[in-house]
Amino acid sequence: MNRTVFLGALAAAGVTAGVAGAATLDDVKARGVLNCGVNTGLVGFAAPNAEGEWEGFDVAVCRAVAAAVLGDPSAVEFVSLTGKTRFTALASGEIDMLSRNTTWTFTRDVDLKFEFTGINYYDGQGFIVPRELGVSSATELDGASICIQTGTTTELNLADYFRKNNMEYDPVPIETNAEALQLYNEGSCDAYTTDASGLAASRATFENPGDHVILPEIISKEPLGPLVRHGDNEWGDVVRWTLNALIAAEELGITSANIDELSQGTNSPEINRILGTEGNLGEMLGLDPDWAVRAIKAGGNYGEIFARHIGESTPIGLARGLNAQWTEGGLMYAPPFR
Amino acid sequence: MASVTDPEPPRESFRLSMLLNDTRYRGYTFQFIALLLLILFMAYLGWNLVRNLVDQGQDISFEFMGQPASYDINQRLIPYDSQDTHLRAAFVGVLNTLLVAFLGCVTATVLGVLAGVLRLSKNWLVAKLMAFYVEIFRNVPVLIWILIIFFVMTAALPAPSAFRGDDPDSSMLFGAFAFTNRGVYVPRPIWEAGSAIVVAVFLASLVAVFAYRRYATKLLYDTGRLLPMGWPSLAILIVPTLLAFFALGQPISLEYPELRGFNFQDGIQVRGSLIALWFALAIYTGAFIAENVRAGIMSVSHGQTEAAAALGLRPRRIMSLVILPQALRVVIPPVISQYLNLTKNSSLAIAVGYMDVTGTLGGITLNQTGRAIESVMLLMLFYLVISLTISAVMNLYNNAVKLKER
Repeated sequence: MNRTVFLGALAAAGVTAGVAGAATLDDVKARGVLNCGVNTGLVGFAAPNAEGEWEGFDVAVCRAVAAAVLGDPSAVEFVSLTGKTRFTALASGEIDMLSRNTTWTFTRDVDLKFEFTGINYYDGQGFIVPRELGVSSATELDGASICIQTGTTTELNLADYFRKNNMEYDPVPIETNAEALQLYNEGSCDAYTTDASGLAASRATFENPGDHVILPEIISKEPLGPLVRHGDNEWGDVVRWTLNALIAAEELGITSANIDELSQGTNSPEINRILGTEGNLGEMLGLDPDWAVRAIKAGGNYGEIFARHIGESTPIGLARGLNAQWTEGGLMYAPPFR
Repeated sequence: MASVTDPEPPRESFRLSMLLNDTRYRGYTFQFIALLLLILFMAYLGWNLVRNLVDQGQDISFEFMGQPASYDINQRLIPYDSQDTHLRAAFVGVLNTLLVAFLGCVTATVLGVLAGVLRLSKNWLVAKLMAFYVEIFRNVPVLIWILIIFFVMTAALPAPSAFRGDDPDSSMLFGAFAFTNRGVYVPRPIWEAGSAIVVAVFLASLVAVFAYRRYATKLLYDTGRLLPMGWPSLAILIVPTLLAFFALGQPISLEYPELRGFNFQDGIQVRGSLIALWFALAIYTGAFIAENVRAGIMSVSHGQTEAAAALGLRPRRIMSLVILPQALRVVIPPVISQYLNLTKNSSLAIAVGYMDVTGTLGGITLNQTGRAIESVMLLMLFYLVISLTISAVMNLYNNAVKLKER
């Protein structure tokens, strides 16, 4: 009996282990393709478009990394992952990086042995309810049935929030965003909770977005960002500084429109260092000098990516809010390129 | 006179080469080599696991089971809140698994026996209908049935809000049952003083029914006199309990579900996910059991039926006295497998958000703690123990009912 159990566990473990400590950067270069884990479908963040190509805010990070490392923003193999499968996929080496609105938490960073390479979206958990329910605050949700994606931090936040406010609720756990939305729309649950950005993205896909309200309460901090496996710092650096390059590019005014001109050389030393006309930052990363030029060209700087996929002119219509540059009162703050 | 005894055959001394050349030993040699290879293979896998875990800086530890789970579970058969441990959450899941497995096995057996017997009916329509049922449900994966039933339920039934207002779109059945897309709400019995006596009377009647049937059978075998079975059994079962119930002033009352706030309160909620899972598992496994039952009945030679008919037995008695007892020995062993399958298939629960042990221990706990190997090991151990227990119990039953061959 024990032997059977043990053997099965070994088979399971054999899948999850066996790749630790590999030099991911070399692997990606040798393979010529970046394996990037994304959401199974969240419009604006990661979803296939009408042509079947993945696009979105999280997808853009994958494309920027692929452009920086491989020189081709389309050299990405997208692996769609649920909240439950994402970490196993990353730990087992099935993907090189995970860019799937994943919250940076202590246990994920420390205990699960991952390395968060920065924050590309400061989010918080919210609730959406049908307007006809007549609810205007999350504190009025006592006794409600609430749909929730299982295997996420939202599950724990929800339990904490209702306990703190001494309210009852009926959790309806569901595997994917799409299924949860279906149940929500059929009235199987009174409210749906997930990251506020995800709620805005989902509402945009509803038949009548105006019939649904996102409640004002934000019940948690959800800093979302790309992550890689613990223990491969060179690869972690590549992802981290690619993201930083996008953020710094917006701050310094490098856009996809003027980047060709700027990469001829400017009189700003920091722009020159990022764009590789001065210093040898690219070489330090194990890449060539114009890595950042390619990363920024892939989809524009952070601000351009935000505006194109989830900004106020898109159906999702998210304001910059906390995600504005630090110079504009937000939290986006790239460390100096020096 | 010295008698010449036959010289003893020379005792062959054992030589190493005999391990391969001598048929007496060759079998053992190969078995030993196979065992050695198996052990080496296991050792390699074990070593591989340990090394990879060390590489990832992880270890095997079950300490997380004692930490607070911090998540809520919607269907709890024992008290549980988010401050309880992962162990208790796992236990809540275990009970949910056992609940759906039990309900599923009982329903599947009823459906299966009915469909199996009716498929052999001489009525063309009934036989074809049952064949249709068996072939449709047996040949579509159970996961698809679970999803279909769940989504049809959530789409077809009204939300609780439809019951609200002065002129609601939906109303409760008999004022007691509410069918909503969140599940079915049924009245909850309230046990007041004296209710224990009513329950005791009911249990006693149950025993009495069995005693009466046994007496009737004995009378039949001893004297050939046939007592009626059906209505006296029913009367023994119901009348004393009803008398006790009214004599004691109706100590058991019902608490009806009532729409308050967002949901129906009071009463018992049978969740949509439980119904979908239960029903899907039951009809799917029932189709297999129907085939087992049909096979069992057909395994009894037709001569038995004819012989029984020649003795003057009526068709129903032929079935219950001659065919079924002989069919059972063929039916029960494969039905045990079906019970095991149903129990294990219940782990598909997560597809509709039913919080069974795969959903709690193998789902949320695994995810929130990242302890995949430990959680999966515990899960496997649980399913193994449950399956072996079902198997053991059913084998005891099989031994009790199988033909005593002399």
